[in-house]
Amino acid sequence: MSHRELDDMLGKGWRKPAFVKNPLLRWGLMLGFFAYLIAAYMTIEVDWGRVYEGLDRGWAFVVAFTSPDFVSRWSDIWSGLVESIVMTVAASVVGILISIPIGLGAARNIAPLPVYVICRGIVAISRALQEIIVAILLVAIFGFGPLAGFLTLSFATIGFLSKLLAEDIESMDKVQAEAIKASGARWMQWINYGVQPQVMPRLVGLSMYRIDINFRESAILGLVGAGGIGATLNTAFDRYEYDTAAAILLLIIGIVMALEYLSGIIRARVQ
Amino acid sequence: MPVLEREGGQVWRRRTNGQNLARWFGWLLGVAVFVYCWQIISASTTWFFVWDAPRIADDIWTRATPPRWEYITQLGRPIWDTLNIATLGTIIALFLAVPVAFLAARNTTPSALIIRPIALLIIVATRSINSLIWALLLIAIIGPGVFAGVIAIAIRSIGFCAKLLYEAIEEIDQTQVEAITATGASRWQVMAYGIVPQILPAFAGIAVFRWDINIRESTVLGLVGAGGIGLQLSASLNVLAWPQVSLILIVILAAVVISEWVSAKVRGAII
Repeated sequence: MSHRELDDMLGKGWRKPAFVKNPLLRWGLMLGFFAYLIAAYMTIEVDWGRVYEGLDRGWAFVVAFTSPDFVSRWSDIWSGLVESIVMTVAASVVGILISIPIGLGAARNIAPLPVYVICRGIVAISRALQEIIVAILLVAIFGFGPLAGFLTLSFATIGFLSKLLAEDIESMDKVQAEAIKASGARWMQWINYGVQPQVMPRLVGLSMYRIDINFRESAILGLVGAGGIGATLNTAFDRYEYDTAAAILLLIIGIVMALEYLSGIIRARVQ
Repeated sequence: MPVLEREGGQVWRRRTNGQNLARWFGWLLGVAVFVYCWQIISASTTWFFVWDAPRIADDIWTRATPPRWEYITQLGRPIWDTLNIATLGTIIALFLAVPVAFLAARNTTPSALIIRPIALLIIVATRSINSLIWALLLIAIIGPGVFAGVIAIAIRSIGFCAKLLYEAIEEIDQTQVEAITATGASRWQVMAYGIVPQILPAFAGIAVFRWDINIRESTVLGLVGAGGIGLQLSASLNVLAWPQVSLILIVILAAVVISEWVSAKVRGAII
């Protein structure tokens, strides 16, 4: 800052520098934002009378959380929950196994260009399509039941895990891999001793995280008929059995918390 | 160091016999669990449908192509609704997530014993339940429509935004906060001039990141009746209008790709 500027600023109060430096851009963004907000507010139709009516039911649901009913629909809840867990386990195993070769193929420093393009294409498709949409298509093709859910979750796991694994391989330390190569290792040995030890901790951590996500997703696949606890939950909402619905939600939250705690311990051990 | 005695000399090995045995049992257990899970899935699958799947998939493909392009004139409003659900939901979520994040961060929470666990519980509970389930619940309470979608997205996003934000708050540079405190600033002034400027870039990044995810999620909220383009998708699926379904899927894909591009650009400009 030159002296001239400092002299100009003396005697004036200090002001916080703005987050967006360019004033034209700043005011333009703000103006556009408010214009959008007004437009959005004008076009949303909210039936406030209906909302007001619903407050009682909302309160009934909040009250239901204090006295969840695990007992009267326990057999339905149990079978749905087991199906969700089974789908999660099977899909995570298959998804992780498939995503490792695809992840290797999608890393530019390991794979030749044609393999790289194919694997990146698979990752892009898997990431762009949403689980529930994939589930709808697979249910139409394979029929109702947990098989469609299992395939959906496996497919989604591939996109997630392969992308992050490939990025991790691309940013690995080249020196170690070259040292293994210089000792005359074959390709498999090179991957096994040069690459794998570097990416293993992150792979384990990401896999644990994905198991967590898969369980959460398995809870909604039932809405479109792909098996799991979602179908039971949907029925409970349709019949206004809030206490049963609260019980199912509490079970889901509990299992997710347990999984998160477990994955925290495992990640701390491998890293 | 584990070694193997062979022909009088010692050969290096990676693990001792006991470790090998333990790992072998671990793998055996894992494979057994996976086979058991697969059996359950297989038992509740109608295999006839699966063997028939290639023919069905081919049939659906011929029905779905070419997409019914003229239907796009009816998709303008649903796309606008989807955008509104994602944007308004994100804005509401950010307003609610900021106080929760400040209460959950170890260095800003007023009481680590009582208030912090409550804030963490809010984060876990809202994060572990999918927005589709929140939408189901809200539809039962306040009736179907865009408003239920907005609130569902907002509730689902609180946990996500608050978690990332409180981690950012815990990582701030404490010396700047101390410098502001040393000038005699009040608690709120410390917040405004010491903490907020440090987390503002992270906040903007989180906002755009979550907006991108919310665009994805809001495209399918209509499946349960919460407004947006999912309503058209479910209506077309119900009447088996496959050419319309394929057009809607293309539009959803385009929306997802564009939102991801916008979010990547904005985050690139901030960081």
